[in-house]
Amino acid sequence: MSTTDAFAGRDPYRIGHGRDWVSTGAGRGYVYATGHGEGGPASKRVIVGYGFWIFLLSDIVMFSAFFAAHAVLQTATAGGPSGRELFNWWSIAIQTACLLASSFTCGLSAVATEARSQIWTQVGLLVTGLLGLAFLVLEGRDFAGMVMQGAGPQRSAFLSPLFAVVGLHGLHVSAGLLWLGTMMAQVFVKGFRADILRRLVCFNLFWHALDIIWVALFTIVYLIGEGR
Amino acid sequence: MFGKLTWDAIPWNQPIPLVAGAMVVLIILAVLAWVVLKGYLPYLWREWITSVDHKRIGVMYTLLGLVMLLRGFIDAIMMRSQQAIAFQAAGYLPPEHYNQIFSAHGTIMIFFGAMPFMIGLMNFAVPLQLGVRDVAFPTLNSTSFWLTATGALLVNLSLVIGEFARTGWLVYPPLSELSYSPGVGVDYYLWALLISGVGTLMTGINFVTTILKIRAPGMSYLRMTMFCWTALAANLLIVAAFPILTATLGMLALDRYLGFHFFTNDAGGNMMMFINLIWAWGHPEVYILVLPAFGIFSEVISTFSSKPLFNYRSMVAATMFICLVSFMVWLHHFFTMGAGADVNAFFGISTSIIAVGTGVKVYNWMFTMYGGRIRFTTPMLWSMGFLVTFVIGGMTGVLLAVPPADFLLHNSLFLVAHFHNVIIGGVVFAAFAGLTYWFPKAFGFRLHEGWGKAAFWLSLLGFYVVFIPLYVAGLLGMTRRLQHYDVAAWRPWVLIAAVSIRRRAELRDEIGDPWDGRSLEWATASPPPAFNFAVLPDVRGAEPYWEIKRRAIETQQLSAEPHYEPIEIPRNSPTGFITAFFATITGFALIWHIWWMVGLGLVAAYAVFVWFAWRDVAEYSIPADEVARLDRTRRQARAQWLAQHARAGVPA
Repeated sequence: MSTTDAFAGRDPYRIGHGRDWVSTGAGRGYVYATGHGEGGPASKRVIVGYGFWIFLLSDIVMFSAFFAAHAVLQTATAGGPSGRELFNWWSIAIQTACLLASSFTCGLSAVATEARSQIWTQVGLLVTGLLGLAFLVLEGRDFAGMVMQGAGPQRSAFLSPLFAVVGLHGLHVSAGLLWLGTMMAQVFVKGFRADILRRLVCFNLFWHALDIIWVALFTIVYLIGEGR
Repeated sequence: MFGKLTWDAIPWNQPIPLVAGAMVVLIILAVLAWVVLKGYLPYLWREWITSVDHKRIGVMYTLLGLVMLLRGFIDAIMMRSQQAIAFQAAGYLPPEHYNQIFSAHGTIMIFFGAMPFMIGLMNFAVPLQLGVRDVAFPTLNSTSFWLTATGALLVNLSLVIGEFARTGWLVYPPLSELSYSPGVGVDYYLWALLISGVGTLMTGINFVTTILKIRAPGMSYLRMTMFCWTALAANLLIVAAFPILTATLGMLALDRYLGFHFFTNDAGGNMMMFINLIWAWGHPEVYILVLPAFGIFSEVISTFSSKPLFNYRSMVAATMFICLVSFMVWLHHFFTMGAGADVNAFFGISTSIIAVGTGVKVYNWMFTMYGGRIRFTTPMLWSMGFLVTFVIGGMTGVLLAVPPADFLLHNSLFLVAHFHNVIIGGVVFAAFAGLTYWFPKAFGFRLHEGWGKAAFWLSLLGFYVVFIPLYVAGLLGMTRRLQHYDVAAWRPWVLIAAVSIRRRAELRDEIGDPWDGRSLEWATASPPPAFNFAVLPDVRGAEPYWEIKRRAIETQQLSAEPHYEPIEIPRNSPTGFITAFFATITGFALIWHIWWMVGLGLVAAYAVFVWFAWRDVAEYSIPADEVARLDRTRRQARAQWLAQHARAGVPA
């Protein structure tokens, strides 16, 4: 019995036996390649998903710089209002609900995509987009209300990072909505082509990452801010 | 209509920037006219501007780095000569212009000289060394390059239209806030760096993914070359550090544009937060530059000592150690902030500890040379010059890491001498070593050794003549950004390239392995075909190409001809160029508050995104016959070399 056979049962990746693998075409990766080095280049789906994860991590680092600024400046109200006087809890609760629900519907659309259902993928994405839009409208209303009260970002060093970090998240949601629109159009026109599927994976990752950031934002900006 | 932009923005009353700007414009117009008249425009568009080939992009990055090094060098000469004659006199540069020059010098040298140079060499060499066909995201790579070029363009535009920052290269607030810098100088800085920073971040993502996910079969982590390891470390740092830069500069932009209070004097703003944030990016940045440099020296020293790298594993460990600890030393840039003895002690100690990693590397390089058959070629000379120079710079760095000493030397010319000592001795020397080392791979012929050596000796001497006096002046209490005397004459680099190209026939590299190399980039032809490798190499050890070569020499024949398959490679795309075009418009409009143009640029950028997403054919196929034809030419040259090698009886 050769070594190849000896490992065949135990090692699904057949590490170290790259030459026996099925190539998907020269230079385009091997079917079983993990990208850990032994089997040659990973498949395009793995590469795209991995690269997008790295992007998301870098995005989270950017947010963390804004969170750090918020932490440094959260007591610097300069005689202006504090968080406790400003936060509209009903609005924030509905925003949170919208965003979490949109993540769920986004997940449902991914399930529909797995089943190659055009109609349910589109419905899932559409509901996701509408919930995102509702979130943005509520957030914009909160912002406008604070500015009207004279509690805009120019008021104090406490309010500057608050508007910046919440606004940056809102900007991400807006960009996500634009992306979502183009994704719906692409799925509609081009169907479930391999590259469209990869982009859907990335979009899903992006949308869930926005949720993760919102959880941090809710905790750090709103909950801790209320306690102060 | 045009925001703050009026005819007064052009400095009609300042002859120096005006003449310099006019000359640059003339040169650009002349080059453009020449390109158009000669009919090179389609070639340039097809083969370079829209190219997504990592080798072409690497060459363009390196070229951008060279031009910008020259630009920054002119700034340096102006500063030195101003200080030389400005002893108890006004000199020839008015203060507001002088302040722009030292700010532009630092910005250009770091962001648009050293960074593109290092990224260019990584672009060129890393996929080849990994034994693969391209980076993970080729079109994104092209976009990264063009966004970097946008940043460089904006900084240079400030020479003629408006002004540049007068705040130093890191625009410390509150000086950089609107109340103290009402002009557009800081805005030029902000948007140039924000736009090019996006490009750099995407490069980081691209290379981390490439190195971790795309390697030739059998290329496990501990079989990667040292340059790939250092490139991995540098790009991990880019991914972790550049978002901090983006965030910090974004906060400053919010302060300046929308009246936020992150770093202002009033309403509770905290300017020391800026200093902390910018150095949380800034110190890793130092290692983003110098780690690839270490990688280049490792390749060069091993190749020209004709030995494997001494203690490869400890080199890997030291690299990753530096990568990690580089995030824990940022406060040593401002011990004088007054954080207290405990905090300063922590950062003083961590700074001294990070030097251990570099120390390990220096010993490894020396032991690599020990007992080796050393060939004193130009890249090897740069590497040896680096070893001596960098150790001196490192030791003054350890001196500065002692907080009480730093209190005395802070902001003095001693500091200026120290960081030029490590950056020139480390990064610039590596850039030139890498350039001469990989030049034959990129263009198919070697640079002329005589000129290369002359350039090395002039640079080395010039460097010591310039910077050793600055150590002394700093110890005598002279602060930076003031006045002093000096000589600086070195680096006739463009000349060397020009002279060598005239003699390229005799320096031609026929077989693709001019230096008797050890890693995979030397296994393919020079210059490599678009697909790099006809068949991906099968890696069985840490020095795959060296083994292939030894085997060929021992058996006196090449390995059996492989089975050729058609190769799919990504199509060219103007996406990067067009994106950068609109980024330039958006950036320029933001600087001058031309809001309708900002809107236009953003809408256009979105349109480009949709247009790119809509494409149906992303790749084209090179038929197996063509692959076979190209590879057989290479094999023939190698077979010939093997035959001659046997006749000459050179010991294997």
